Amino acid sequence: MDNSLRISHEKELNLEATELRLGLPGSDEPEKRSVVRSNKRSSPEASEELECMSKGNMNSNGSDVTSDHDQDNVVPPAKAQVVGWPPIRSYRKNNLQQKKGEEGEGSGMYVKVSMAGAPYLRKIDLKVYKSYPELLKTLGNMFKCTFGEYSEREGYNGSEYAPTYEDKDGDWMLVGDVPWNMFVSSCKRLRIMKGSEAKGLGCL
Amino acid sequence: MECKRKNEKSKSNSTFPDEVLELVLGMLKSRKDKSTVSLVCKEWYNAERWSRRSVFIGNCYSVSPEILTRRFPNIRSVTLKGKPRFADFNLVPANWGADIHSWLVVFAVKYPWLEELRLKRMTVTDESLEFLALKFPNFKALSLLSCDGFSTDGLAKIAANCKNLTELDIQENGIEDKSGNWLSCFPESFTSLEVLNFANLHYEVNFDALEKLVSRCKSLKTLKVNKSVTLKQLQRLLVHAPQLGELGTGSFSQELTPQQCSELGSAFKNCRNLHTLSGLWVATAQYLPVLYSACTNLTFLNFSYAPLDSDDLAKLLVHCPKLQRLWVVDSVEDKGLEAVGSHCPLLEELRVFPADPFDEGIVHGVTESGFIAVSQGCPRLHYVLYFCRQMTNAAVATVVQNCPDFTHFRLCIMHPGQPDYLTQDPMDEAFGAVVKTCTKLQRLAVSGYLTDLTFEYIGKYAKNLETLSVAFAGKSDWGMRCVLDGCPKLRKLEVRDCPFGNVALLSGSRKYESMRSLWMSDCKVTMNGVRLLAKEMPRLNVEVIKEERYETHQARKVYVYRSVAGPRRDAPPFVLTL
Repeated sequence: MDNSLRISHEKELNLEATELRLGLPGSDEPEKRSVVRSNKRSSPEASEELECMSKGNMNSNGSDVTSDHDQDNVVPPAKAQVVGWPPIRSYRKNNLQQKKGEEGEGSGMYVKVSMAGAPYLRKIDLKVYKSYPELLKTLGNMFKCTFGEYSEREGYNGSEYAPTYEDKDGDWMLVGDVPWNMFVSSCKRLRIMKGSEAKGLGCL
Repeated sequence: MECKRKNEKSKSNSTFPDEVLELVLGMLKSRKDKSTVSLVCKEWYNAERWSRRSVFIGNCYSVSPEILTRRFPNIRSVTLKGKPRFADFNLVPANWGADIHSWLVVFAVKYPWLEELRLKRMTVTDESLEFLALKFPNFKALSLLSCDGFSTDGLAKIAANCKNLTELDIQENGIEDKSGNWLSCFPESFTSLEVLNFANLHYEVNFDALEKLVSRCKSLKTLKVNKSVTLKQLQRLLVHAPQLGELGTGSFSQELTPQQCSELGSAFKNCRNLHTLSGLWVATAQYLPVLYSACTNLTFLNFSYAPLDSDDLAKLLVHCPKLQRLWVVDSVEDKGLEAVGSHCPLLEELRVFPADPFDEGIVHGVTESGFIAVSQGCPRLHYVLYFCRQMTNAAVATVVQNCPDFTHFRLCIMHPGQPDYLTQDPMDEAFGAVVKTCTKLQRLAVSGYLTDLTFEYIGKYAKNLETLSVAFAGKSDWGMRCVLDGCPKLRKLEVRDCPFGNVALLSGSRKYESMRSLWMSDCKVTMNGVRLLAKEMPRLNVEVIKEERYETHQARKVYVYRSVAGPRRDAPPFVLTL
């Protein structure tokens, strides 16, 4: 099959001319952005922008990925996640234990952070923080929410949201109960619950 | 109990009694052979269909239960595959279909003596499991892989009611795991179990019930427990079942006294028939040595859920000289793969899964040098699944030179569209080398930055290729056309995020009838193209999965397959059949 045959066949079909479109005649489809990945970590704000962008434009044509800058101004500094990629079954993704994650080899201790109602999860590096107030401040900024004053007795009573985490044993705990270092070494993932959901935890 | 062919005696010119012909044809083992003999003549077709005891249906929508039962009246074992493979990666919406229930309803009438049901990527509800448990008194073997829709309640019904159950194999399913109580539903009189796999279920089962079950099922050959089973518990199970051939351990991370450790070692030593080992989950290296004595005859080691490091793996592999199949996590790194090359000369299959697929933190994983190391030490290697973050054309060429017998070559460079990291060239020459050298290649998955040249190579050389998976690759319709024109044995083509459009799609129109299925998602196919295909090829089912947020002329997810059952009657609203 040679090129000339291919090109003439395409012209024959001329499918584009008969397309039903929502745009004005003569206007082309918007440029599909390719998914660019790099090894640099980004600030949470930039990566949020990126995730919004990339989720709206999943169609990559596989070319020019590593060398070109993205056409729409932001060179994505963080890794974008594509739906269903890499091709690993969900069961496997959810069930692989992170090897030595708790000891962190000086390489960062990333945990997922989710919030009820938020369309996608975030990741933070627990090693970056030295104390609970720092962590809570960041979480508050990331998810645009506030946590009330923590007290051992009442938990985060009085606030709309409460930070919780899943520990090594798979139990959901209220953030703040244990000493900071113990928390960092046992926290597997974080979840921001609505105050009403978290009431049960605070009352223990 | 069997249907007898009373009314179907055909007037035959041969002196060969039908019953004898049936018996003889019934001895054929391979599906392809059975298919072939059924095409010889009408007599043979009839003899074959009466003799058939097991049937494999690669696409549940290619045939209907009515058509199936009409042709094969005496089936005991059914294997069904449902959703397109990319459903495993969340590319197919929930409630798409492939529900087993309508099949079971027909089977209850036509195959009441059904013994085995093996399902992959089907939707199975608790109601269906209960129906299965109650309507098929002879039911023996249930295997569910990558299925969804049921919960442990359904499993409880199976355990409680299937008096002749020999096999219960529940793997990697998206199920609702409510509790471990289902295991306690096996009655005390129940002793026929030979295969029990609940490794992928989450909740703790009642250990007392499990122990009693294992000790009274003397024919138990395969036991794969879940993470919740501890080392101490495992030791007790092994004492009851030293005859095991396949073992899936629980977690390997409990604190043991030296006494307990040595008891565990002895228990393993007593398992002289062990050929398959899996599990480990969270493995504390200090206890791995208890396994060593059980590894002598091991042919399959599945550590794909056990993130070991290179040293632990190396120490273990010294004891596994007969290993043929190895599944590991890339935490073993290149050094671990070097150990594979050194200690496992009989290796035929290697799968390396990523510990950290989304690159959270600094990851090493495996590279091209680990791949080369394995190929150097394992000349019999013919199946590979390799997830990595860097690869070179030269490395792949070396690998296939060392191992020219690949039948399954699945390479996943995890950054979409990444070139050769040393030369920055496309990875075309890598896959060119694979198809040129490996003439027996049946299955290929490509990745990395690829131009149409890769597909030219595939079309030109991969004459035995049956399954091809493509993602984020290619430059134009030409690429896909090369494959469709050039690969005579192609049965399954799955493509995502490639610049292949209507021309490519339509170039294969006639070919799709000789294939099982075609999947194209996030390519450049439009509704017009899909409609044209449907019009040209009325015997194909041409389906589009619609997602609201996209413009209406795009056909984002296209699934095309041949069928004798006509268009789906159970399609949900988001599946358009054209």
